[in-house]
Amino acid sequence: MNEVLAGRRMLPGDRVYRILWVLGTDRLRAVCHCSAEREFDDPVELWGWLLAHPAGHDTPAVAPVPSPVRAGVLA
Amino acid sequence: MSSIPRDQWYVAAYSSEIGHELFSRTICGEPILFWRTRSGRVTAVPDRCVHRRFPLSQAPSRLVDDQVVCGYHGFTYGADGTCVFVPGQGRIPRTARLLPYPLVEQDSLVWIFIGDRARADASRIPRAPYLDSLDYTTVAGMEPLAARFSLLVDNLLDLSHETYLHGGYIGTPEVAATAIMTEVDEEAGIVYVSRHMDDAECPPFYAKSTGLQGRIARWQDIEYTPPCLYKLHSRIAPVGSAPNPDGTDPDAFHVEVVYAITPETEHSTHDFWVVARDFALGDQEVSEFLAENNRAVVLQDVEALNVLEQVISAEPEGYQELSVNIDTGGLAARRMLQRQLHSEQIAPATP
Repeated sequence: MNEVLAGRRMLPGDRVYRILWVLGTDRLRAVCHCSAEREFDDPVELWGWLLAHPAGHDTPAVAPVPSPVRAGVLA
Repeated sequence: MSSIPRDQWYVAAYSSEIGHELFSRTICGEPILFWRTRSGRVTAVPDRCVHRRFPLSQAPSRLVDDQVVCGYHGFTYGADGTCVFVPGQGRIPRTARLLPYPLVEQDSLVWIFIGDRARADASRIPRAPYLDSLDYTTVAGMEPLAARFSLLVDNLLDLSHETYLHGGYIGTPEVAATAIMTEVDEEAGIVYVSRHMDDAECPPFYAKSTGLQGRIARWQDIEYTPPCLYKLHSRIAPVGSAPNPDGTDPDAFHVEVVYAITPETEHSTHDFWVVARDFALGDQEVSEFLAENNRAVVLQDVEALNVLEQVISAEPEGYQELSVNIDTGGLAARRMLQRQLHSEQIAPATP
């Protein structure tokens, strides 16, 4: 993980979703307020996973989920 | 179905726009009449006479002391919207009243609540105290946008477009190429997008206003509180400079760029913009430069978004688009706006 981004927290709330752009890659790391983490390469799928909390949030940290970039709007 | 969240606070005007004369502006599809009373308080009521709907802002309607007289038949209303005169009769019908809008004037802005007045909680209005602080010098403007407000939200949440749309002003290659961090607090209603460029080209907008030359550290921290207030905390400093642990930051120049994104109608928007700086205080030349250049940047966005509105309006509902990494913050904002629309629809109406 990009250590600079990882250490930079701006919002103080305890239910904050964080999305870090993994530097040097095209991937995004989603960090739920419950501390579950997962990597994505599609921001629409990323938000789908974050907002589904707690469903699917017991997966091991940093489990990459490859998915093709595709068209779509956030429903 | 409307795409404009109701039961929300919106910026209606700059405080400086409203004096002791009639002032009209449509907010969220509602024509609203404003004026400042002799006591200095801003008042807002519907800009339509209850009798035959004549606009009270339209001459020969006029303000007499603190009462507005309809120019069509003479119905007269006080600053609280109460009708005090009906032509040709002594009885004033009970329904002859303009319902005042909840208003708050703070940070040099006039905020209005659109929706169920019983839900107007002034503590929910986001603050921007530097807009009304002696420690900052500000320049401001407002441009009419012939596009739906969500297009401006998309535009402002993804500043990578600066590299392409605003080259020569604020765009440099590093903006689009630097990784961002996005944070979302749905309970507090904040989307935060942070882009810290530690070694970047200094764009003309900042080179000429700060005097910094060559490479700079350029931080962009966006704080958006949907639906209306967007704040860009911009930090410009020599490369290698960082704020002190106590929060002081003497080597840096700070520019607070604020947008108020206020829907006029479903397909048009009031694009309020303010640039507040903590350097060159009171320097008229710097103020003129920043005002002229920021307006030029805003007009570049306006031109692009006006075209985009035409394109989208002509397409069927549910058009396909592609979202990529740079859209993470914009997607979060859309999600929050949708939630605001939904909560308004399911909230029970107040009696």
